[in-house]
Amino acid sequence: MDMLYYPGCTLKTSAKNLETSAMAIAEKLGYRLVEMEEWNCCGVVASLTSDDLMHHLAPLRNLIHIEDQKQDKVVVLCDMCYNTLKQTDIRVKESQSDLDTLNDFMDKENDYNNTVNIMHFLEFLRDEVGFATLKKKVKKPLKGLKVMPYYGCMLLRPREVAIDDAEDPKIFSDLIKALGAEVVNNPFNIECCGSYRTIDQKELTSRRAKNISSFALEHDADVIMLSCPLCKYNLDVRGKEAESMYDGYRQLPTLYFTQLIALALGLDAESLGLDLNAVDPNPILKKKGVID
Amino acid sequence: MTETDVECAKQDEPIQEAGNVEIFIMGKRYEVPVGFTIMKAIEYAGYQYVRSCGCRAGFCGACATVYRKEKEQKLHFALACQALVEDGMYLVQIPFVPAYKAKYDINDLAPEDNIILSIYPEIARCVSCNTCTKSCPQDINVMMYIQNALRGNITKAAEISFDCIQCGLCAMRCPADIKHYHVGQLARRLRGKYIDPESKELNARMEEMDKGKYLDEVDKMMSMDKDTILDLYKKRKIEAKGDLDEEVDQ
Repeated sequence: MDMLYYPGCTLKTSAKNLETSAMAIAEKLGYRLVEMEEWNCCGVVASLTSDDLMHHLAPLRNLIHIEDQKQDKVVVLCDMCYNTLKQTDIRVKESQSDLDTLNDFMDKENDYNNTVNIMHFLEFLRDEVGFATLKKKVKKPLKGLKVMPYYGCMLLRPREVAIDDAEDPKIFSDLIKALGAEVVNNPFNIECCGSYRTIDQKELTSRRAKNISSFALEHDADVIMLSCPLCKYNLDVRGKEAESMYDGYRQLPTLYFTQLIALALGLDAESLGLDLNAVDPNPILKKKGVID
Repeated sequence: MTETDVECAKQDEPIQEAGNVEIFIMGKRYEVPVGFTIMKAIEYAGYQYVRSCGCRAGFCGACATVYRKEKEQKLHFALACQALVEDGMYLVQIPFVPAYKAKYDINDLAPEDNIILSIYPEIARCVSCNTCTKSCPQDINVMMYIQNALRGNITKAAEISFDCIQCGLCAMRCPADIKHYHVGQLARRLRGKYIDPESKELNARMEEMDKGKYLDEVDKMMSMDKDTILDLYKKRKIEAKGDLDEEVDQ
């Protein structure tokens, strides 16, 4: 079955392994992620000010492209893109006058008609495929692997776009269990990773990465599982930099949820871009018998 | 002249019927013959081009023109040498666009995903308003090549921007202050240098030229009279058409 898919720029540059692993697992589950024929930047960060409609043009234009393709559903892999598209969609569904202003501005393009359902790939796996079905397809249960789920902000905030309970999310834990791995619960799983402070305040972001990971380290977690490319960058790259800031600190490896699913489905580890990590996950995955 | 004045003038003299149209060059009213290009009309009105005019054939991008038609809300964009005058055009030309062009040595670059973004970081400010596309007299999907540059697709950015003539109107209209045409040029240079296969034919021809293979031909032509040259020009072989068709078939 074909699913329309919105990639976003990051998946074409620094998070290629999120895309390749998602494509591979979708195929294994009997779906095909079909990239939108035409798309632009999601808009990166939804504008919250009431008079700044300009920044809703990019997300809205993507929604129009979806309607132009005669589709009413789209799957998004990047948390930031999901959040931005969804917030704009909600805004124009709630405010006809905002939608009219935006449609008027884009005079040559088709109007947006509020028909698109935006789904994060995680929602798709939970609600359309079902974790129970996924569990049945697991070829190589991740037995003995201790995984700390890390959500960050974009999947859960604001409440209107959240794919799960914003304060006590379970989707990652349920997924980890379905894959046969062990969940390391922790109080830092919805902490902010430092987000775009990674550009102007690298040390602050490294410090946050350490704070988030330390609890997991103390509780013998093997890897951190996440979904957001920006969280991934901060915990992985800035976390690695924290090693030189704090004596004896070792950053835990981070993996996209798609990579862990792919490993459990018995997909070729090499095609999943495990080499694109600053902190190499291969040694611990080998030690735990997840890869050969 | 106000728009009310224009209305009066129109009632007094039915300009269109006389085979003329009424245009406004920097606000001043002129009557010019129907069917003239904007460039020709401006010259007909008595202006002499010092800037804003180059090849007169739609290639050089020097004659970027902005106009708004009477009572129309939208601004329009054209090349003065290509577009014909229409009744009620308010015209101005943009002879130069102040747009910083990055300095780089193409030989020192690599066609990596973030290379364009690192040289022109302002492309990340694109809000996808598409104003650039709407300002392009070449009908290029300007926004889409910026978007492709942003996502590291150099090949696509080069392809979409291929017809750009560097008039700069996109850069004048962009609310994010992107210098699109420089970005497109960088994409095409990167593609030509690093992505597309090297042209063996071009290299062979360059070598021939270096060895002076065509010098005799040039000397021969230099000694010809004008009529002979004109005659040869008329009889010239425009493309090796048969060869090309074969290539396409393969």
